[in-house]
Amino acid sequence: MSLVFLIFLPIIAALFIPLLFKKIGQIHTGWFVLIVPVALFLYYATILPTTMEGGTVVSEFQWIPSLDIAVIAYLDGLSLLFTLLITGIGALVVLYSIFYLDKNREQLHNFYVYLLIFMSAMLGVVQSDHMISLYLFWELTSISSFLLIGYWYTRDRSRFGALKSMMITVFGGLMMLGGFVLLSIMGDTYSIRELVAQSPELANHDFFMWALVLILLGAFTKSAQFPFYIWLPDAMEAPTPVSAYLHSATMVKAGLYLVARFTPIFAVSGTWLWLVAGIGLLTMFWGSFFALKQKDLKGILAFSTVSQLGLIMSLLGASAAGFHVENAAETAFKYAGFAAIFHLVNHAVFKGSLFMVAGIVDHETGTRDIRKLGGLMSLMPISFTVAMIGSFSMAGLPLFGGFLSKEQFLTAMLTLTEFDLFSMDAWGILFPVIAWIGSVFTFIYSFYFVFHTFAGKHKPDQLPKPAHEAPAGMLVSPVFMAVLVILIFFIPNIVGDWLVKPAVAAIQPFLYNSPAEVDVHVAAWHGFNTELYMTIGIFAVGGLMFWTLRKWQRSYEVFPDALTLNRLYDNLMFLGDVGANRFSKTYMTGFIRSYLVYMFSFLVIIVLGTFVLNGAFAIDFANLAPIGFYEIVIVLTLLGATVTILASKSRLTAIIALGAVGYSVALFFVIFRAPDLALTQLVIETISVALFLLAFYHLPQISRKEERMRFRFGNAIIAVGVGVTMTFVALAAHSQKALPSISEYYKETVYSEAGGGNIVNVILVDYRGFDTLFEIAVLGIAGIGILTMIKLRLSKKEGQHENK
Amino acid sequence: MRTNDVMLQTATKVVTFIILLFAVHIFFAGHYTPGGGFVGGLLTTSAIVLLMLAFDMNTVRKILPINYVVMTAVGLLLAVGTAAASIVFDVPFFTHAYDYFDLPLLGETSLHSAMLFDAGVYLVVVGVTMTIIQTIGEDE
Repeated sequence: MSLVFLIFLPIIAALFIPLLFKKIGQIHTGWFVLIVPVALFLYYATILPTTMEGGTVVSEFQWIPSLDIAVIAYLDGLSLLFTLLITGIGALVVLYSIFYLDKNREQLHNFYVYLLIFMSAMLGVVQSDHMISLYLFWELTSISSFLLIGYWYTRDRSRFGALKSMMITVFGGLMMLGGFVLLSIMGDTYSIRELVAQSPELANHDFFMWALVLILLGAFTKSAQFPFYIWLPDAMEAPTPVSAYLHSATMVKAGLYLVARFTPIFAVSGTWLWLVAGIGLLTMFWGSFFALKQKDLKGILAFSTVSQLGLIMSLLGASAAGFHVENAAETAFKYAGFAAIFHLVNHAVFKGSLFMVAGIVDHETGTRDIRKLGGLMSLMPISFTVAMIGSFSMAGLPLFGGFLSKEQFLTAMLTLTEFDLFSMDAWGILFPVIAWIGSVFTFIYSFYFVFHTFAGKHKPDQLPKPAHEAPAGMLVSPVFMAVLVILIFFIPNIVGDWLVKPAVAAIQPFLYNSPAEVDVHVAAWHGFNTELYMTIGIFAVGGLMFWTLRKWQRSYEVFPDALTLNRLYDNLMFLGDVGANRFSKTYMTGFIRSYLVYMFSFLVIIVLGTFVLNGAFAIDFANLAPIGFYEIVIVLTLLGATVTILASKSRLTAIIALGAVGYSVALFFVIFRAPDLALTQLVIETISVALFLLAFYHLPQISRKEERMRFRFGNAIIAVGVGVTMTFVALAAHSQKALPSISEYYKETVYSEAGGGNIVNVILVDYRGFDTLFEIAVLGIAGIGILTMIKLRLSKKEGQHENK
Repeated sequence: MRTNDVMLQTATKVVTFIILLFAVHIFFAGHYTPGGGFVGGLLTTSAIVLLMLAFDMNTVRKILPINYVVMTAVGLLLAVGTAAASIVFDVPFFTHAYDYFDLPLLGETSLHSAMLFDAGVYLVVVGVTMTIIQTIGEDE
């Protein structure tokens, strides 16, 4: 219970935020918020020794026991790693936001409530073992992220970005829910642990591929993979602490978490390997390539996040290859899983610091446009140092954490070429090549980010505010992270033993029984091998290209705007809105006659279709009664009257003919021995003809032109179709009487049980008096309706209509 | 132009009672021979309509000062009440009871609770049709 409770702790804390903001206005609300992530971080850190030995902590809260739905907090190496990232970076971001957001001008109570909801949601995502609660928290991250992106809701771009991220991530979330449901049907359990245990059987299930693709869609949309990355650059309209927290360190890694968590279930499939590694690598290249096109500091960082997420994704895909080779723990395949997690940690740290620096630059100069910035090196030395450390780590330079994981990334990609399943040997060579090109661009944009902001000429006239160094409080968090970046380089194996290896053991439970078996030793110096030459190549080519950046950066503008994915998204939204509207307008004409045409056509199609499908054209003339002379006469009268109605020029003729039809029917009742019906029919027909005449008499004079009903071929076909259909139904129903009639019972009991002689009336008032009761109620309603329609003519009195 | 409709009015005075009697007959006989509350009600209405045609609406209102909306409501209440009364005797909703009684003048007669229900139908039919005709007739 306690672990489940801890997930909800931030949300509970959020309840008090508005109160604190209103009552204790002189103290920045962030200071109260800060307690939550710090306390959580310290508590979760005490679980580290357990997971380092391969242990897990589980706590369960029954939520809807009858449906087997529970909130299960399950902490293993992978969950704990993410939990520590969420709480740790969360604490740093809250600290940063205290100095970033002004307590007098900003709506802090909104901000911190959203942030704490997000923190709970994220903790829930990474700790949930139950797929339904995982989905619940997943959507909560989407919603809180939506709220945070739209924090400055008076700006158009904020609302646009929030909506876009919402549409894309919720689309993925729903797909993922589908995958979860399929998985739970396959494995008959909602628990991910239990699904992992039965993963070999799951692979042969019919739903396996569907579940795989659907869950990957969820992961790809959340983690901004190609082609769903487009929401991330637009999400940069959020306040910078939000970008640093959600859109670099935590939420976008939820998709990576999902892929890592489900790797033991899906890795047996080649599709998984190809999709995850392939899309990941494509995203990595795509993001790094287009990062250089950006003019906005946060835009560059957004694309670099996309690229780095792709890198981690491709490593996770490569780690799936470890399931297919014998003794993977002894080959180079073991590096892929390790590198993925290691780079994930590295990325969270350096990207967080970079976003904070971007926020500082924005805050202290008033612009994030990289063309206006420059020469801030001497004015903002600390920010510059932090940015440099972060960027160099991102570029993969030695002395920084990123170098180590980049080396392992190259190792893993090179190993993939040796993999001989799933036609990897033919196409595998693409992996290291694309990875290398992507890395070159990563190198360039890292340098582009730091040197075009801080080096070069200072342009004070273009800056909205005179630039100066940020206050100390704002610098604490980025400096702390920068120190971590360097520390990771010098003590990689401590990070590896404490955090990465337990997570790797959780991703690849079939290879390792405990984290201690993960036999990866990180060293800065591997000797002269292919990876090192590739890295040197990256530095050389990247350096050269950065040197000449100004000359070829313009070539990005050649790329036509109309072909971008953003334009595709906009058009899709436009189509969804306008297109759906237009489509509705094509058939929602507003004319009742159109709707009647639809209804009757479908009636004919459905009924006749059912007849054909079931072979129900069994028409049997054996049981028919003989036709008498009077019947023929009345039928001819009826037909004559009906034709008169259709063909008459005058409405009056039609009304009289209608009366003739009614009286003929009454005559039918007479000769078919239904005296009650005949009586009623005669009187009712008289009244209704009188009412028709009344309506006729009051027709408006202007449009009173007497003309014959226009002949429409389509209407004629539908009318004939309906007639034929109903004739078929009647004939077929008559020929196939399945059960004897109930009327024998009435005949026998009408006197003995009901004390009457007229069966019709006894049925009406006794056997089935219920119907009569409500029929007279209908009659009463009709009378009152006519009374009110005539007496209360609201529409005639001007200004009294509710719409006016 | 004022027409002299003394013939119509005189005939109406006679015919109305015949129609009313026929209506009452058809209503009471409904349980054994064709007829019942519905047709009985419609025939009663036609008698009143005949009055309206021969005289005029205000005269008819003076002769029969009936609020037909209230009549409809009473009819519905009577019908529901008859149906619901069975609950008091601990039998299912809408269970009718009947027996034979020796009444003065009429001799042995069957009295049936379905008759009360039919009376409800009768009142509703008269009430509704008269409401409709009256409101439409008075409409400008």
